[in-house]
Amino acid sequence: MSGANRIAGQGRLTPARTARFTFDGKTFDALEGDTVASALLANGVHLVGRSFKYHRPRGILSAGPEEPNALVDVSRDAARRQPNVRAPVQEVFDGMKVESQNRFPSLAFDIGGINNLMSPFFAAGFYYKTFMWPKAAWEKLYEPFIRKAAGLGVAPTEEDPDHYASRYAYCDVLVAGAGVAGLSAALAAAEAGARVILVDEQPEVGGALHYDLSVKIDGQNGYDWAQATAAKLKAMENVTVLTRTTAFGYYNHNFVGLVERVTDHLARPDRKLPRERLWQVRAKRVILATGSIERHMVFANNDRPGIMLASAARTYLNHFGVAVGRKVGVYTANDSAYEAAFDLKRAGVTVAAIVDNREKPGEGVLAEARKLGIEVLAGHSVVDTKGKLRVSSMSVARNGGGSARSIPIDALLMSAGWTPSVHLFSQSRGKVAYDAATGRFLPGTYAQDCLSVGSCNGTDGLQATIEEGLAAGELMARATGHEGGGKVELSGENAFEWTGGMAGSGEGAGVDTTVKAFVDFQNDVCAKDIRLAVREGMHSIEHIKRFTTNGMATDQGKLSNIHGLAIASEVLNREIPKIGLTTFRAPYTPVTFGALISHSRGDLFDPARKTPMHAWEEAHGAVFEDVGNWKRAWYYPRSGETMHDAVNRECRTVRSAAGVFDASTLGKIEVVGPDAAEFMNLMYTNGWDTLKPGRCRYGIMLREDGFIYDDGVVGRLSEDRFHVTTTTGGAPRVMHHMEDYLQTEFPHLKVWLTSTTEQWAVIAVQGPKAREILEPLVEGIDMSNEAFPHMSVREGKFCGVPTRLFRMSFTGEAGYEVNVPADYGEAVWEAIWARAEPLGACAYGTETMHVLRAEKGYIIVGQDTDGTVTPYDASLAWAVSKKKTDFVGIRGLKRPDLVKEGRKQLVGLLTKDPKVVLEEGAQIVADPNEPKPMTMLGHVTSSYWSENCGRSIAMALVAGGQARMGQTLYVPMPDRTIAVEVSDMVFVDKEGGRLNG
Amino acid sequence: MADHALRKAPLAGRHGGSAGARVTPAAPATRLSLRAGADALGALSAAFGLTLPTRPKTSASAGGRHALWLGPDEWLLIDENEADLMALAAGAGVLHSAVDVSHRNTAILVSGPHAAGAIASGCPLDLGNAIFPVGAAARTVLGKIEVVAFRPGEEDYRVECWRSFSPYAFGLLSEGAEDAGL
Repeated sequence: MSGANRIAGQGRLTPARTARFTFDGKTFDALEGDTVASALLANGVHLVGRSFKYHRPRGILSAGPEEPNALVDVSRDAARRQPNVRAPVQEVFDGMKVESQNRFPSLAFDIGGINNLMSPFFAAGFYYKTFMWPKAAWEKLYEPFIRKAAGLGVAPTEEDPDHYASRYAYCDVLVAGAGVAGLSAALAAAEAGARVILVDEQPEVGGALHYDLSVKIDGQNGYDWAQATAAKLKAMENVTVLTRTTAFGYYNHNFVGLVERVTDHLARPDRKLPRERLWQVRAKRVILATGSIERHMVFANNDRPGIMLASAARTYLNHFGVAVGRKVGVYTANDSAYEAAFDLKRAGVTVAAIVDNREKPGEGVLAEARKLGIEVLAGHSVVDTKGKLRVSSMSVARNGGGSARSIPIDALLMSAGWTPSVHLFSQSRGKVAYDAATGRFLPGTYAQDCLSVGSCNGTDGLQATIEEGLAAGELMARATGHEGGGKVELSGENAFEWTGGMAGSGEGAGVDTTVKAFVDFQNDVCAKDIRLAVREGMHSIEHIKRFTTNGMATDQGKLSNIHGLAIASEVLNREIPKIGLTTFRAPYTPVTFGALISHSRGDLFDPARKTPMHAWEEAHGAVFEDVGNWKRAWYYPRSGETMHDAVNRECRTVRSAAGVFDASTLGKIEVVGPDAAEFMNLMYTNGWDTLKPGRCRYGIMLREDGFIYDDGVVGRLSEDRFHVTTTTGGAPRVMHHMEDYLQTEFPHLKVWLTSTTEQWAVIAVQGPKAREILEPLVEGIDMSNEAFPHMSVREGKFCGVPTRLFRMSFTGEAGYEVNVPADYGEAVWEAIWARAEPLGACAYGTETMHVLRAEKGYIIVGQDTDGTVTPYDASLAWAVSKKKTDFVGIRGLKRPDLVKEGRKQLVGLLTKDPKVVLEEGAQIVADPNEPKPMTMLGHVTSSYWSENCGRSIAMALVAGGQARMGQTLYVPMPDRTIAVEVSDMVFVDKEGGRLNG
Repeated sequence: MADHALRKAPLAGRHGGSAGARVTPAAPATRLSLRAGADALGALSAAFGLTLPTRPKTSASAGGRHALWLGPDEWLLIDENEADLMALAAGAGVLHSAVDVSHRNTAILVSGPHAAGAIASGCPLDLGNAIFPVGAAARTVLGKIEVVAFRPGEEDYRVECWRSFSPYAFGLLSEGAEDAGL
């Protein structure tokens, strides 16, 4: 037998199918289909955890996702371990390990329990008051200590070995919840022909039919009807039924997030299966059939293990075949708890008494109680309980005073009524309305195309629920254009209609400030804390919530919100709706990071963009750097070389022989159309009318405010076709910038833009031997200096494939950039390399490229500019057309601030000690002895060791820099002050003769 | 004259997917990014030998050549037989922009009964028959990248993306294909 409290003949699990698991190291037997909670209860284990703040012994309160107490750590192996799992939700599998949390050294004896005795010091808000002084101690002392003492489980440290999947899905009607209402709605919608997705968080459909045995639908037992209906729906082509799936978030335009738990219940899951699957569903219509959640009663010491919701006890009995006690008490303000007592009594459990807070219980249940011989104490309250690790007795007193009578019990079932689950409705931005007659918040104003049905809509009564579900299903199907099928009719009957319910604290909650009558179990918030919050001046529910932390635990106050409101309402003497209800946020229940991340991990975390030559570069020892999503060859160290050695060698080799460089990542945009030149005139500072086909020009692009946005070399291929290059990182935004202006400001122009970044592999060959390397590979292009001068572009063939060959340079050497269709890139690179290597050339990376361009004073947008630099500041006035009357940024450039004296200008810096390399970003001052705060003139933007110059070089933005040529300035560093001389920015070949070499 | 350089596709040698959704790199094709106004469509259609579609999410195909509508003045032309589309466009004699993007894009073929499910692992588009029937095409996203999804056959989808994004697309589609069949 799987547990002494399993009652033969009760429940729906199969006795022959067992599973074995451990709890805190002790082995227990369970049945297949058990949850951790039902299996522990079957074995008589009620104590499963310690509370968050006071470390009080806690048991299993519920049989569903609202569970605030029974949070456990569940593991399959060392890496597959998850803390804070709700025991009533987690299904048992063979071999699972369950550990209790927040206790030391053991669950039964927990040192932290001292907090319970010291609780007078831990009143609500004590964190805010007690630990304010000294201020510095909060971060270092108080907070770490409190975090350690108060808390949940411990996160696993190993990498998650499971994988997760994701699916986008569409449907006409999404039904959230597969109880009576949801099944009815799904059935009607599906029969009409709508595409339906029906989801339920439990392993099987049925909702309340799990515990309510009295329900019959179309003459069939309710639970069996539910399973048969689900089977029928699953067989329909237009229906998807997802169980173990929680609709956790309701977003804009009927976009609903679902998480499907695929393997967490399996002992040996197929490794192909994802652990969880994230569904992102766009539904034309949504039907919310999310049911309602039973509330606990608020009274002194209502948190002892063995005290639980009445419906939970009923579920454990009727579904799992487990009696939660041998002698149970019931404390209720609502009829529904009576049925739990009846079921238990019929199963042979002693019911000590039903204590009913009301003077007048429902007549039907009262009569049945009498018939079964159960004592009913109407107009009474439970005012206290006893029992260290499990409840052993309840004290019952007549309302309005009188002596208390102690009744021995080993379990206490409670019900204060039912809270409609309006979480998803609220997430959809629907406004709830308070129904004073029944004391419930119900869906009021809808914000999206959805409908609530059943008890989440405040609909009581079985037949009313069925009919509301069917009508909604039919209506939503029609709304999405489906009118097929006949009318679906169902008839249901059950034993009792439920009346009653209360919110807030009863007599047993006491009025003094020491009684612990829990409102929020997970955050250890008591009725007295809410009262204190009001006394301290918190009058809005939002303030009360934050002061007390009521409803702020991971259960989001599923049990506590309404009680908290009602207590505040009573103390403030204001109606509940005037105090308001806090807004429900997604997720409804906690969702794993794994599910949210889904496929986005490892190689799929982010695209790693590689050029066509990447494999060659890798094989030749390149070290890569990330530039945006691109992997770019940074430098090519040979054996024994440091980065510094490699870069120095590469820099020397390019200027003495030649270098080969992968420039494929540069952005490329093809600008085509009869108005191409006019468009270029508007987008760039330069003039383009005079650029002849076959020639290139360095272009500067500004933003409207006059600051440099991007730069690049542009080749004119024909009258109506430009080949524009952009910086690597700027490619997408430059394209968008141009497209934006084309569509909004210049729509009259006949010109189109196409991104060709990835069409071309680009191989730069730079250096005195560049032409010698390339010439034999070129076909149809005269490579002579005269026919093909610097800043030209030619189309022809290269290694037999089409090329756009640019004569251009970002190194100051004579150079070319070979553009070939990308799939040929690797082969062309190899052909070039086969010629280059014997001629003493090297492959070089981005670091060398940076040094070589700095030796020539060529700027890098985004490094030497920062969004506050104009072309004038960067000594690029020559690139700004004086003739043009319009281009993007022309007005900005005329702003007084942008033309005034003393602006920061880009200049060169030479350290007095040539061996010292400045730090990029270092500040520059004129007087190193000036008291702090010193007057900062600017900062170093680029700084390198230049092997070719035999000294360090730097570029910097310096206030009034052009007027400071030759001046000595200072760069104060933590350990010393470095003297520098302001220079121009060209450090190599000032005349530029090498370009034409 | 130099030896003719050999072509190497970005997904050369890859295979993936599942029995229900095979994921394979498409063969090389010529491609054109075509931009033109409404008045040029007749001449351009004649030049390409198919009627350029003018409704969103549609395409036209003829003999291995496909024209996918991407925008009010934008089409992606794909020729699986590698015809010289640039030359055909140039012969139309009407105002347009044609840019060769044969190597910019690469394509991944997803085929089998779970092909749509494989793509739906990362693509928020409704790929069902009612919304995305055979012949449908759309520029959309797959995970973190932009793709063009095209459905040439009942159980066949072609996912076009830029070449440097193709390993990412291929990996995501392969994972999606494995899950779609479960």
